[in-house]
Amino acid sequence: MSLDKATVAKIAHLARIKTDDAQLDAMVGDLNTILGFVEQLSEVNTDNVEPLASVTGHGLPLRADEVTDGAYPERVLANAPDRAHGYYAVPKVVE
Amino acid sequence: MSDLLSLSLTEARDALKAKKTSSVELTEAYIGAMEAGKSLNAFITETPDKARAMAKASDEKLAKGEGGAMEGLPIGIKDLFCTQGVLTSAASHILDGFKPEYESTVSQNLWNAGGVMLGKLNLDEFAMGSANITSHYGPVENPWRRTGGGNQKFVPGGSSGGSAAAVSGRLAIAATGTDTGGSIRQPASFCGIVGIKPTYGRCSRWGVVAFASSLDQAGPLTRTVSDAALMLGAMAGHDPKDSTSADLAVPDFEAALTGDIRGMKIGIPKEYRVDGMPEEIDALWQKGAAMLKDAGAEIVDISLPHTKYALPTYYIIAPAEASSNLARYDGVRYGLRVDGDSLSEMYENTRAEGFGDEVKRRILIGTYVLSAGYYDAYYLKAQKVRALIQKDFNDAYEQVDAILTPTAPSAAFAIGENQDDPIKMYLNDVFTVPASLAGLPGISVPVGLSGDGLPLGLQILGKAFDEQTVLKVGHVLEQAAGFDALPGFLAGGK
Repeated sequence: MSLDKATVAKIAHLARIKTDDAQLDAMVGDLNTILGFVEQLSEVNTDNVEPLASVTGHGLPLRADEVTDGAYPERVLANAPDRAHGYYAVPKVVE
Repeated sequence: MSDLLSLSLTEARDALKAKKTSSVELTEAYIGAMEAGKSLNAFITETPDKARAMAKASDEKLAKGEGGAMEGLPIGIKDLFCTQGVLTSAASHILDGFKPEYESTVSQNLWNAGGVMLGKLNLDEFAMGSANITSHYGPVENPWRRTGGGNQKFVPGGSSGGSAAAVSGRLAIAATGTDTGGSIRQPASFCGIVGIKPTYGRCSRWGVVAFASSLDQAGPLTRTVSDAALMLGAMAGHDPKDSTSADLAVPDFEAALTGDIRGMKIGIPKEYRVDGMPEEIDALWQKGAAMLKDAGAEIVDISLPHTKYALPTYYIIAPAEASSNLARYDGVRYGLRVDGDSLSEMYENTRAEGFGDEVKRRILIGTYVLSAGYYDAYYLKAQKVRALIQKDFNDAYEQVDAILTPTAPSAAFAIGENQDDPIKMYLNDVFTVPASLAGLPGISVPVGLSGDGLPLGLQILGKAFDEQTVLKVGHVLEQAAGFDALPGFLAGGK
């Protein structure tokens, strides 16, 4: 399978990375090289193999459903590029 | 000064306890070393004032006969660990100015044990790379030089390249690293030092900037195996804040270094003899096996049949997880923001300017393999092959106690090499990635020099949560190899 420029442009949009025409050309080549490399997995027989998502085999631990952290908005907002009235501020979304 | 800088971590610990030196004295020596070693570009941020204050506090404890396992020892922290109030960049433009309001569990454990922070170490951007050339803060130089090769500069490996260069060039007595597919072990090999990636779950990932969450593990880069045992013990431990952290007691790793491996079975996997591997790497591997045999171990030929599929599996799983993890960098909560006319344009502009090319490549690959219609063919398939790779190791450990392999298929290469094709760079991790996929512990120990005088390491892999065997065998290998070569650049001189 080989990616074309339009597909790479679509992926870049899905990933919210602005990509100009020249960058797209370079990316098409690189991504196809990588996909060509991973393609060899198709030769492995994985019938009846369960996909491995966690190497530890442990289940996820549970705890009581209660608030254990928080109540310091100043610290939460300390690194915000823009803020207003105790909230993160972003460009206007609703006209 | 050079005398102090030549002490290993455990030697310095003993010297401090015996009051032969003070933490302030040792720390001042390293602050001078950081200054002398600036050209290596190993540090992104130096924190000498913090180091002096921590050293003074340690000396007060030591004077009273108190203090933790790392008391007064000046170390560097890979700039992937969040450190409260100190720039944490992940070597990315997108984290410009980010000063965490909290401390990572691993670094907090080290401070609780008395460690002294020298600063934050350079790395590949978001730990994605094998040569430390993708950092927004510029490449790191390996302190080693080729014999008779003039001034050609070599990569330190990656992604923990700043950590490896600093420990090798004596800019820090030890350093933290992280390893997702080889990022502790391969730079340790390239810089002639020791690096251990513990079992997945041994060290908490809380407060470590995430790359691929099912693979990322923290570990130490040190000058000796004893040092690695000491520092790993201080870093490790269960943490309720990381749901994948193992609820297991941390063993006394130093006590495992008995020097006795008689009767142990060491596996040699035939699939690690890859095409195009230099003859000298193969020779070193055989030499390592002979050393372990001489020490009383039994060498057993084993097979890990899915080895060749480990890298392609990794290059689906790691980018998939990265694309998801890196979605958080949106210019809203921290770091860089590049304005746009709409919210969506602000996201796109910020991420276009904030991420470097290799990070973008991996985000795009990851987005693609997770996208509707391709998920089964790529991501699910990779997870199935990952299960087979883990099974290979489980089967092998029915027969053997540990496995010996080369750490990397080459010595350090020159800055600028292997950059024309992403796959060439990825092949650096061919021997380290399989154990990462299986979550298993591995150590790289320096064993010899290449024909042109650059260090080469061998890797010992062990069973899950059996770092003790990994360290014990690594220690025997270290003693037998007697690697005592020194890099071309050494802070404080030779």
